[in-house]
Amino acid sequence: MTLAPARTSILPDRITTPTLRSFLRSVPSVDEVGANERVAALSTRSIKRESKRAALDLITRMIDLTTLEGKDTPGKVAQMSAKAIRPDPLDASVPSVAAVCVYPNMVRYAVEATEGTSVKVASVATYFPSGLVETDLKVEEVSRVVRLGADEVDMVIDRGAFLGGEYFKVFDEIRRVKDACGDAHLKVILETGELVTLDNVRQASLLAMAAGADFIKTSTGKVQPAATLPVTLVMLEAIRDFMDATGVVVGMKPAGGIRTAKDAIRYLVVLNETLGEAWMTPDWFRFGASTLLNDVLMQIRFLQTGRYSSPDYFTKD
Amino acid sequence: MAIEIATPATPPLKWDYAGSKESADIANIEERYGLFIDGEFVSPKSKKYFPTINPATEEPLAEVAEAGEADVGDAVAAARRAYAEVWGPMDGAERAKYVFRIARMIQERSRELAVVETLDGGKPIKESRDVDLPLVAGHFFYYAGWADKLEYAFPGIRPRPLGVAGQVIPWNFPLLMLAWKVAPALAAGNTVVLKPAETTPLTALMVAQIAAEAGLPPGVLNVVTGAGATGAAVVGHDDVDKVAFTGSTAVGKLIATQLAGSHKKLTLELGGKAAHVIFEDAPLDQAIEGVINGIFFNQGHVCCAGSRLLVQENIHDRFVDKLKRRLSTLRVGDPMDKNTDVGAINSRAQLEKITELVDSGRDEGAEMFQPDCVLPDRGFFFKPTLFTNVAQSHRIAQEEIFGPVLSILSFRTPEEAVEKANNTPYGLSAGVWTSKGSRILWMADRLQAGVVWANTYNKFDPASPFGGYKESGFGREGGRHGLLAYMDWDEE
Repeated sequence: MTLAPARTSILPDRITTPTLRSFLRSVPSVDEVGANERVAALSTRSIKRESKRAALDLITRMIDLTTLEGKDTPGKVAQMSAKAIRPDPLDASVPSVAAVCVYPNMVRYAVEATEGTSVKVASVATYFPSGLVETDLKVEEVSRVVRLGADEVDMVIDRGAFLGGEYFKVFDEIRRVKDACGDAHLKVILETGELVTLDNVRQASLLAMAAGADFIKTSTGKVQPAATLPVTLVMLEAIRDFMDATGVVVGMKPAGGIRTAKDAIRYLVVLNETLGEAWMTPDWFRFGASTLLNDVLMQIRFLQTGRYSSPDYFTKD
Repeated sequence: MAIEIATPATPPLKWDYAGSKESADIANIEERYGLFIDGEFVSPKSKKYFPTINPATEEPLAEVAEAGEADVGDAVAAARRAYAEVWGPMDGAERAKYVFRIARMIQERSRELAVVETLDGGKPIKESRDVDLPLVAGHFFYYAGWADKLEYAFPGIRPRPLGVAGQVIPWNFPLLMLAWKVAPALAAGNTVVLKPAETTPLTALMVAQIAAEAGLPPGVLNVVTGAGATGAAVVGHDDVDKVAFTGSTAVGKLIATQLAGSHKKLTLELGGKAAHVIFEDAPLDQAIEGVINGIFFNQGHVCCAGSRLLVQENIHDRFVDKLKRRLSTLRVGDPMDKNTDVGAINSRAQLEKITELVDSGRDEGAEMFQPDCVLPDRGFFFKPTLFTNVAQSHRIAQEEIFGPVLSILSFRTPEEAVEKANNTPYGLSAGVWTSKGSRILWMADRLQAGVVWANTYNKFDPASPFGGYKESGFGREGGRHGLLAYMDWDEE
């Protein structure tokens, strides 16, 4: 086991399903009405002018530009990577996105296309999106994508085991995947649309962080609802409490369903007011999105020209 | 509290919302306002005017007439005439049309009303826009619906209006308190003489304009502006049948004494020192929001503010740490900025009172915390403030501060929480946070408070009655109960 002692400091001495259960039950419960009200209140925050451009650039730098479709091709991945590096061919002031996110069989093309740039390659793994195979197979897949050059691995937890109370199984799987990641960053997808309650979200967040997640992520994008503001708020609160208890910083990635710059700004407001300014960096916060980038580009163009351009002026990759 | 965390390789963005100010231009404030008597604005017989200022800038906004006894007499006479000749005999369904029309016009002009409410009173624009105005219109709509159904409101009685209602309202929710009083009074068939607070008269005068535009018959609603003497004249006038007062307990006691033995009916909604009780099994992060909302909403100028926080001892330190961190994210300043959470204190006098009580808290040995925030140079502002190590005997635990100041105490058992919560002369409201449903009911049974909120705070609805126990007053406003305060009846 290679987990840093800081992470395990809050765990029971003997890690078993019963001890993990009481560990998870020690986190505060979540009142759903209150969480919804909090994000609704934050959504009325108004952001203007120069702050808006800075926010749009930051959103761009936080995007994991994603394509996860059965019809993906090496060519499509190469095109998307080009866009990730230089989002607006007409405007060099627009920064590169954080990473491209692809299926394991596309990792090699993404690595090739982003070589020598700041854009990272993230691969979904662990038999994404269902993750319904034995842990050994998942670990093997993770090792393979890391060998192929993925900088980041997005795994999905065993929701069935979590909902069934088999906490050790979930914990141990994350721990083993983390081991297989080596230097690659591990993002743990909770698939909150299947966990349903905010109490489950909070407990699963804690379990994932204690087991070694570098990031916790809401969704695969294949299950509805995907990312929502209340779920993100609860996960950020879990991150904050984990940091207070251990000193370990875990990042956050809402994914799926964030399509407009306006939506993304709401997430950043929740981030800023929950974890503070230190968190406004792609090192600790990412958006998993495919169509968000074009809306951000359109808003940037609008700020520069005062007019909205037709969507036809932005490339679809 | 917080552990030193690593620095990210990619430096964070210095996040800033930038100024996002609501425009003051849409407020058509006149230079000078007369008294609204018998359907029109008239010059005061007293010949006196007083300025009303913007507490966030200390700049004058307008001059407002000061109603003397003769002016109040005119207003009551107009109300009496309107009651006897028009409004009293009018069919309920007809009355409803007028009240509905006022409700709609308030909705249509809600942006303008919200801006004036904020300019005159100092509350953040997001609160007047998102809380006050929707509730104000909601109350008028709600009571308009009762106007033709009064005989169904309370089975077995035949209701009738009381006559002329004299209403005196405070400065913390100028429009909302107007709505709570005027809407049920009119719906039940009474006519009204309203005295708004001297620091916040403007929106009541705008409602008077709206009433005139709505074609409300002259004399049904009269607005007389002025200070304490004007209020006393309204309350003391012989031809007033009903007095409704919201304000301090001290003034409420004076009114009760003055009215004792008279024919007048009285309802009082007075001060409070609400206990906000947090159990160990509470949803802590939402409870933090509830506590913040409970005491910093409207700068703590709320009679039902959760100003005494009772936290179960085994989570006390953790909860206070979370609270301090949350306090540091509050944005204090220009009430017209849409991102402001805590606005201006309503008046210099109120600021001095808050300062005096906070000083006493420090002198008596409580530990004070204020976040690092910069207050504007001009205007009346006070930093959000917490006190820990507060004893039940401290003044800050006993007296109503009516400002952004929270006193924190701890308890060990539910019994102790109830004992401490009830150990106050007040009894307006209380809050309970726990995940245990049975405990909520157990607490609600025992807390002596007119309103007990469970896992939320400061929730209002036109259909829900509101009012106090003990020295927080008597009578209820809102809901069906709110109608009773403006009706007399025969048994069937």
